[in-house]
Amino acid sequence: MSEEPDLHFDTEGIKKKFMFLNRKAPYGTVYALEILEMVLISAAFEQHACITFVDDGVYQIVKGHDTKALNMKNFSPMYGVIEMEKEDADGDEDEDMVWRIIVEKESMEARGLTADNFSIDVEVLSSAELADVIEDMDVVLGG
Amino acid sequence: MKIGVLVNEGPFTHQASDTAYHFVKAAIEKGHDVLRVFFYYDGVNNANKLSEPQADDRNLVKLWGDLAKEHNLDLVVCIAAALRRGIKDEILAEGFRISGLGQLIEVGIAADRTVMFGD
Repeated sequence: MSEEPDLHFDTEGIKKKFMFLNRKAPYGTVYALEILEMVLISAAFEQHACITFVDDGVYQIVKGHDTKALNMKNFSPMYGVIEMEKEDADGDEDEDMVWRIIVEKESMEARGLTADNFSIDVEVLSSAELADVIEDMDVVLGG
Repeated sequence: MKIGVLVNEGPFTHQASDTAYHFVKAAIEKGHDVLRVFFYYDGVNNANKLSEPQADDRNLVKLWGDLAKEHNLDLVVCIAAALRRGIKDEILAEGFRISGLGQLIEVGIAADRTVMFGD
């Protein structure tokens, strides 16, 4: 290209609310893995973040993934990293950063799961409550 | 309005990339400022210059490139997603550049609206 477009925007001091909406089962498609990469990169930008699991996406955080028979990488430990990022955000008052990990109640119950089945601590919200949270977001990213 | 765009699907299996292209073109024509189009998941295949659709079909790889050239539009392909799918500098179509996911988060912060195209 003859002329480089402006590559960096002035984002200093801007704090936005991001939602990462996980809707797909963990290994049937690549969406779950690649959205995780998105979430982890976003931590460096010190924005507010809601990592949300709905539909078959709730299976992403079920305990005890064993992918040997699938010959696929078991990326479930990365959810523990997200939980640590959330704890960092909770613990650092100066950063004024809010991270939430949310599971939609209806999706969880329809699959016979409870919060005890998950490998990380989550907030369980009804579909209506989640709709309000989404409404309050600035940016909703998913896959 | 400042707009950021995320394209999550490739140029042929799925309509998302076509819709994103028409959205971006219309937004620019209406005078909006499209800060960046970010290609993720199979969306990185939009940047494969080896792509050769039949002559009587639209060629989205070229259409994106032409739009970028005409409007100095920033088309960014995610490096991690691209490498997995064999999209490298050697086969990167004109008008695209390869960079990191930080470019997506950055545009999400900078834009008034971020619009995602995919399932």
